[in-house]
Amino acid sequence: METLKGLLAIVMTSVLVNNYVLSKFLGICPFLGVSKKTDQAVGMGVAVTFVMLMATAVTYPIQIYLLDPNGLGYLQTILFILVIAALVQFVEIVLKKFIPALHRSLGVYLPLITTNCAVLGVTINNITDGYNFLESMVSSLGCGLGFLLAMVLFAGVRGRMEESNPPKAFQGIPITLVAASIVSLAFYGFIGMFAD
Amino acid sequence: MKNKLGIVLKGLVKENPVLVLVLGTCPTLATSTSVVSALAMGIAATAVLVCSNVCISALRKLIPDMVRIPCYIVVIAGFVSIVQMLMEAYLPDLYDMLGVYLALIVVNCIILGRAEMYAKDNGVVDSALDGVGMGIGFTLALLVMATIRETIGAGSFAGIELSFMEEFKIPILTAAPGGFFVFGCLIALVNHITRGKAPVRKSFDCESCPSAEFCRKGSCTAAETAEKEGNADGNA
Repeated sequence: METLKGLLAIVMTSVLVNNYVLSKFLGICPFLGVSKKTDQAVGMGVAVTFVMLMATAVTYPIQIYLLDPNGLGYLQTILFILVIAALVQFVEIVLKKFIPALHRSLGVYLPLITTNCAVLGVTINNITDGYNFLESMVSSLGCGLGFLLAMVLFAGVRGRMEESNPPKAFQGIPITLVAASIVSLAFYGFIGMFAD
Repeated sequence: MKNKLGIVLKGLVKENPVLVLVLGTCPTLATSTSVVSALAMGIAATAVLVCSNVCISALRKLIPDMVRIPCYIVVIAGFVSIVQMLMEAYLPDLYDMLGVYLALIVVNCIILGRAEMYAKDNGVVDSALDGVGMGIGFTLALLVMATIRETIGAGSFAGIELSFMEEFKIPILTAAPGGFFVFGCLIALVNHITRGKAPVRKSFDCESCPSAEFCRKGSCTAAETAEKEGNADGNA
């Protein structure tokens, strides 16, 4: 029961309080780039969640059973990015071959994720936070869901924004960032919800 | 000689990686909460950028075209690890302050972008100068943002309390929403000053994304084209 409560706290914290996009600034590029339409935003969010879970499942054992016992901690960055890049490519090939329907809806987003800092960030954070395997997986799930939530909410905001008419200098990227600031302000209210 | 100076200077203003090309948004937003961390991030990224540009430029004839992106990533990740180890040993406070963002220099699109856009077609000296210019441009943009956020948000500059700001602090500027807001306003200011003369990115579309070419087979462009064709069919 106690562990379940702990896991739930991890999920809620990573979805609402420490939202990867809106309070940790990880994965801003896809957040601003692929949030024009809600269905695209959902596709991207699901793909990121999926890759985060896979990446954690692979990198966590590498860190614990390969790097830590051999004192190779300094190889973490270089190994993790290579593993994630290879993994994404592998997942894409497998999806294309065996589940073409899923590949059509998610596949296009996968290559974009290879150099997504949110995925590398979540794998490194899981190690530095000292989570065990189950907690790491739950935290990755939470971060992915948080990313999905932020994407979907922001896609809704942007839909409204398309109809507005900002000053010339603000058109394009600047007004998008200001809108992101307001969405982020909403999530700012969750700080202190899980004071530990 | 003037030419060489031009390579450095274009990164500073005309093609500023952060404010004009809008690359590397994540570290810009995350580390501009204080002047010290912004400076540390800028210097670390510049070091990695110059080293990786030189290395990739020197190896440009050896790296096969098919596997160039993984090769670039390995080179960049290697230099990032070196910077991480040096910082952990000599500047442990800054290492703790930057935390995970130091490791995330690997996926900073400025560095991969310059490798793909410049270093792979140009000589070693030019690539090094390009790295220096882009690195200084990145650092300057970070410093401008950090100065605004720290002085107005926390009422201090590089950790020194400014007594006259005491009563006018807006603490939200050092938090996440303030980061987005200040960044948006700065880009708007640059837009206004240049009035369309600089190659400002209009949006985060693939067309204006320098990484589009190397995110394998340009699959995002493929997705967009497919969508456009779909729309065309609908219209027809």
